[in-house]
Amino acid sequence: MSATLLPEAPKQQKIPKVHNPKTPTTTKEPLIVQWTLIGISVAFLSLFLLLPLAMIFISALQKGVVVYVEAITNSEALSAIKLTLLVVLIVVPLNTLFGILSALLISHHHFKGKSLLLTLIDLPFAVSPVIAGLIFVLIFGAQGLFGEWLLNHDIYVIFALPGIVLATLFVTVPFVARELIPLMQSQGQAEEEASHSLGASALKTFIYITLPKIKWGLLYGIILCNARVIGEFGAVSVVSGHIRGLTNTMPLHIEVLYNEYQFTAAFAVASLMSILALLTILIKNVIEWRSKEVSS
Amino acid sequence: MTILFSKKRRRPFRLPGFSLTLGFTIFYVSLLILLPLSMVIFHTLSLNWQNFLAIITDSRAISAYKLTLSTSFIAALLNVIFGTIIAWVLVRYQFFGKKFLDGIVDLPFALPTAVAGIALTSLYANNGWIGQFFSFKIAFTPIGIIIALTFIGLPFVVRTVQPVLDSFRTEEEEASASLGANRLQTFSKIIFPAMVPAILTGFTLAFARALGEYGSIVFIAGNLPFKTEITPLLIMTKLEQYDYAGATAIAFVMLLASFIFLFTMNGLQWLIQRKYSLNRSR
Amino acid sequence: MTIQLENINKHFGNYHALQNISLQIQQGELIALLGPSGSGKTSLLRILAGLESLDDGNILFDQKDMVALSAKERNIGFVFQHYALFNHMSVFDNIAYGLNVRSKKRRPTKEHIKAKVMELLSLVKLEDFAKRYPAQLSGGQRQRVALARALAVEPRVLLLDEPFGALDAKVRKELRRWLRKLHNDYQITSIFVTHDQEEALDVADRIVVMNEGRIEQVGTPVEVYDNPATPFVYDFLGNVNLFKGCLQKGKLVNGDFSLAIPGAEYQDLSATVGYVRPHDMSIDTTPSDSNIAATVTHIHTIGSSIRLEMHRADTNEYLEAELTKNNFELLTILKGDTIYIKPKHLKVFTPEDFSI
Repeated sequence: MSATLLPEAPKQQKIPKVHNPKTPTTTKEPLIVQWTLIGISVAFLSLFLLLPLAMIFISALQKGVVVYVEAITNSEALSAIKLTLLVVLIVVPLNTLFGILSALLISHHHFKGKSLLLTLIDLPFAVSPVIAGLIFVLIFGAQGLFGEWLLNHDIYVIFALPGIVLATLFVTVPFVARELIPLMQSQGQAEEEASHSLGASALKTFIYITLPKIKWGLLYGIILCNARVIGEFGAVSVVSGHIRGLTNTMPLHIEVLYNEYQFTAAFAVASLMSILALLTILIKNVIEWRSKEVSS
Repeated sequence: MTILFSKKRRRPFRLPGFSLTLGFTIFYVSLLILLPLSMVIFHTLSLNWQNFLAIITDSRAISAYKLTLSTSFIAALLNVIFGTIIAWVLVRYQFFGKKFLDGIVDLPFALPTAVAGIALTSLYANNGWIGQFFSFKIAFTPIGIIIALTFIGLPFVVRTVQPVLDSFRTEEEEASASLGANRLQTFSKIIFPAMVPAILTGFTLAFARALGEYGSIVFIAGNLPFKTEITPLLIMTKLEQYDYAGATAIAFVMLLASFIFLFTMNGLQWLIQRKYSLNRSR
Repeated sequence: MTIQLENINKHFGNYHALQNISLQIQQGELIALLGPSGSGKTSLLRILAGLESLDDGNILFDQKDMVALSAKERNIGFVFQHYALFNHMSVFDNIAYGLNVRSKKRRPTKEHIKAKVMELLSLVKLEDFAKRYPAQLSGGQRQRVALARALAVEPRVLLLDEPFGALDAKVRKELRRWLRKLHNDYQITSIFVTHDQEEALDVADRIVVMNEGRIEQVGTPVEVYDNPATPFVYDFLGNVNLFKGCLQKGKLVNGDFSLAIPGAEYQDLSATVGYVRPHDMSIDTTPSDSNIAATVTHIHTIGSSIRLEMHRADTNEYLEAELTKNNFELLTILKGDTIYIKPKHLKVFTPEDFSI
């Protein structure tokens, strides 16, 4: 038998530092290039995004708070706000429901014609809002497919709430679905299959398994959809008929005011919508931050 | 002879809810998208051919197409250039106010087009904050249209290029440097080619959006026939004159143009993807 | 080319990632940097390549200072852990890249480049794959393309970061043998990073064992395996049994058992550890005064050797022993038997205060 005893390795003596030059980095551009690019970006974003935003608020408050408050609380402004909210309350839930169901279908099931269906869902993105309005005029307008029948039964679709709702629905169909489909496809369906194999019903599986996984993406889709519903202009412009106090949504109200040279009032209502837009961006960033937190 | 294998295969496992989701989705898409859109074709077909041809080749319509295409193209190009730079800066560099700028890029997505329209018009009008510094007119000319379309399209390019740059592995840049390439060579030969598909997608989205844009342009364009009248505006004008046939015919041309464009770009993307894909040789 | 590292220090924030690293590497050596993750081995490799800057210290290639040179100027070949192939370029263009990016004056002609790439392709046995794209290759093939690409610029030194880490066991073994052969043929100074001790022992001329930013030991595979310089090296390379106890008058006392340690006759230590390799355990079926009783809990057959897992009742610890099939058959041991073991070769590390 043998046994040995070893000393621990002796500590290295300290040799004084000779020099300390920097190794040039390989994955960064020279500072001057960096600052030029940053400068271009900041200038571009300021000119195109920040300046218009500032312009809206400054123009809105140009004639003082009293004028501002009057512009957003007169009866026409209030009815435009009410109509816009009403459209939101109808359209957003419907398209959210559609978004969830179509995303479930596309991410959890295999069937023929899936990519055709995806293309169809995307279609409204490729259609000009003006055409989106036009198609409903072609169906429900006085000279349209059901025009005469509707007229005979005193049902008003075009130049009334149903037309505005339909055109807005069309334009915003893809928003929630487009947010959820890639998310759910990347998450896979293993957890849903496990839940199902443990005896949970489809509804319970959705509530306990799928919904928690997609909640941030869903919220993001709803917020984007909401922003577009509130701001939709072209499609609504075609079908609404611009009846003051009846079929003017907020963007249409702004148009009317602007065309009547009531700039301060137009910008006052615009500033309200800008605040909503900024809120949307804020919520989007909070959601992104949250979902990053969860994943890391 | 005995039958060894039953011809009936066991049905593969499938999550429940297929028929419900399929039924609802098909119903919704048909009623809200397919049926209304088919009205354009239906109405176009009810026009006689000569009439249709006369409407869509009318010189006012032709100049509207030209204006729409050229301003959309220039705006999408501007977006590609500046959007790519902005995406690069937001991913690669650290500077004060970066988070704020990153967030504000989404403004055109969130801001109603009409609001953007009146703000840009006021800024670029002759007596506006910016317009006053120029000796030539910006608002109510094609330049104004390009500015509005650039505003609308910016986030499309930034938000498609950004994630690609984010996930780009610095290892490849280091490999390039260790093989003796300078920074410019590494950018042009390694990084930029990886960005091309995303840039193309961004261009496609921005251009397609610009083709149909109405809300932000109606204010800044001035809407003079032959000069600053874009195609969606022409449709609107015809509608206001109760010329449904004319509006439908022009709409048909627009729909066809944007579908052909999207189809071509998707094909191009597919070709690029296929070139490096797994399946070709295995 | 010879490489000399002198007192290299590197901090990442507050973390002292490399602490006074000094190392000499001779022309044509194949060196393994071996250590667990976080030991600083990859940082050291990246600093050598110029991909990372250092806080202070010297790097000399053939006596010439390298610190101020960027990666592009050092003429090294670097093989990345995940290959870092250029996905949009064919295999041919990947390998030709380093030659194509040279300035006009230094760039070989098109024919030269082509000949060089074909030569390298045949070296890595991928002649038929020149037109393929990286996504169309298997992991092993990609790794070989990465190697050919690094060799194309005729580097003075080849640096490989976990070159076989992402491959499955069989391919890894093949590539290991192939790298060894390549190195024998070309005699290019090479350094590779690995956390796999078997890989290091199998391929390298010398192994640098690293831990927590320091070098624990430098030596040939035989030296570091048979004569570990520190407890860490003992633990990290191969299996080891621990005998925790104290040193009393030159004897390691551990449970009911004590063992004389020659050379430590005049030393007392309240807590120390004896290290014994499983194949340095002698096994008996009869008790004596200097062996330990243990119950056999498991018997594994691994190829031609047998591994026993045993439980010591006195200290409630588990031990491992390795013996040949022959020996095992002579002893006729069954699971549950009580056997008597004795370390044939045991090492005790004492703090340097005690060393003479």
